[in-house]
Amino acid sequence: MVALKVLAVLSTGFFFGLTLEGIGRKVTARVQRRYGPPWYQNFIDLFKTLTKHPITHGWIFDFGVLMALGGVMATLTFVPLGNLVAFPNLDNIFVILYLFAVGALGMAMGMVGSGNPNASVGVARALTQMLGYELPYLVVLSGVMFHYKTSSVSAIMNAQGDGWNLFKMPVGAIVAFISLLGMLGKKPFDTPIAPAEIASGPMVELSGKYMGLLMLMHTFSIFVEISLFVDIFLGGGNYLVFLLKFTIVWIMAVLISAILPRFRIEQVVKFYWKVPLSLAFLQVFFVLMGWVF
Amino acid sequence: MKQRSVWEWIADQLRSRSMWMLHYCTGCGAIELPPSMTARFDMERFGINPMATPRQADIFLITGYLSTKTLRRVIYTYEQMPDPKYVIGFGSCTINGGIYYDSYATINRLDLYIPVDLYIAGCMPRPEAIFEAFTTLMEMIRKGEANGWKRYKENYEWYKKNQLRSLGEVYVHDEFHE
Repeated sequence: MVALKVLAVLSTGFFFGLTLEGIGRKVTARVQRRYGPPWYQNFIDLFKTLTKHPITHGWIFDFGVLMALGGVMATLTFVPLGNLVAFPNLDNIFVILYLFAVGALGMAMGMVGSGNPNASVGVARALTQMLGYELPYLVVLSGVMFHYKTSSVSAIMNAQGDGWNLFKMPVGAIVAFISLLGMLGKKPFDTPIAPAEIASGPMVELSGKYMGLLMLMHTFSIFVEISLFVDIFLGGGNYLVFLLKFTIVWIMAVLISAILPRFRIEQVVKFYWKVPLSLAFLQVFFVLMGWVF
Repeated sequence: MKQRSVWEWIADQLRSRSMWMLHYCTGCGAIELPPSMTARFDMERFGINPMATPRQADIFLITGYLSTKTLRRVIYTYEQMPDPKYVIGFGSCTINGGIYYDSYATINRLDLYIPVDLYIAGCMPRPEAIFEAFTTLMEMIRKGEANGWKRYKENYEWYKKNQLRSLGEVYVHDEFHE
């Protein structure tokens, strides 16, 4: 039964995630008054990269790619998708956040293993950016955990029966959404993979199958990040309601990213530590004073 | 020609619908690419996306004349791309030298040095011509006729000989390649 549920979670991440990325490309294209690719374009891209004859850069590189994909897939199995929970008592915020670092570190290790300076610059930027968005996000999450006296995602999700955290803690939800944009690497915060400056950063040496696996890892990590936001701030519900909320959050992120230019890396960190971090502390102060609607 | 296996046939269908391009902007043809990418013509419809590095790219656009100095970098870049890879030569400069046919610093025929799958005639080709070329290339990939990368492997000695005759030495001496 657990194996079936894990399979269901992973296949949701695969099919729904790739479809939504394709739809996101279509939405971006329509915002820019283009026609855009078909919604299944990302499936074609993924399977095409798997048919190419790639070039490796040593076993650290191979292992890093596998570790990134495996780590993110493992993280995804712990995330509750509405009422579909693969491991019912283990869907803890701390478990998810710690496991998520495995994927990111695997990617960092593998890409630095390629020996390309652009990859090193990209990884350094990714980790710096992580320092930026994690801090306000974790401050807000600690406020949420303090309010509900639990760190289980399912428990927080189900405790929002009387009203979503989006309305109970509006400031915190806004901060979490801004942090979410940084996690997704969407446009104002896509500094780590800036194609025009550092030749797509960490991905610079990825060819063929490696690129495909990293694209899959990116899809799964998008799924984890948005699912966590939906579970914690947009209340519970069954599987289909969850997917609907997920779609809305994703389309909003895509719309914002379609019209904004890119920050430099020090601007990213300065921004996160000025505005969202102060707002996050404000939200925690509200929670401590009991001002939660 | 050898018959393709079913797996290769499927792979070719996928490759034809998702071509990531590396536009090596050596010459004036590069100026025709922004209109083909943006709202007016929009090449993302066909799954053609610009990619930043040769490792991720499938098609290689030589956009115009090539000086001998640039040719070294082109050969490097071409050899860095993973198979299968396709090359499109833009404009008459890649076919016979174009208006630079008697220049001491440019090469005249591109396919002496790397295998070209498709040429676009004109000086310069308009975006319509570029789209004609892309759809033709997609058709060729689907039929399994775009075999430049196999030709390069089979006739490597011949290509190398031509490269050495023109350049003296293919190796690039600068601070990035030491």
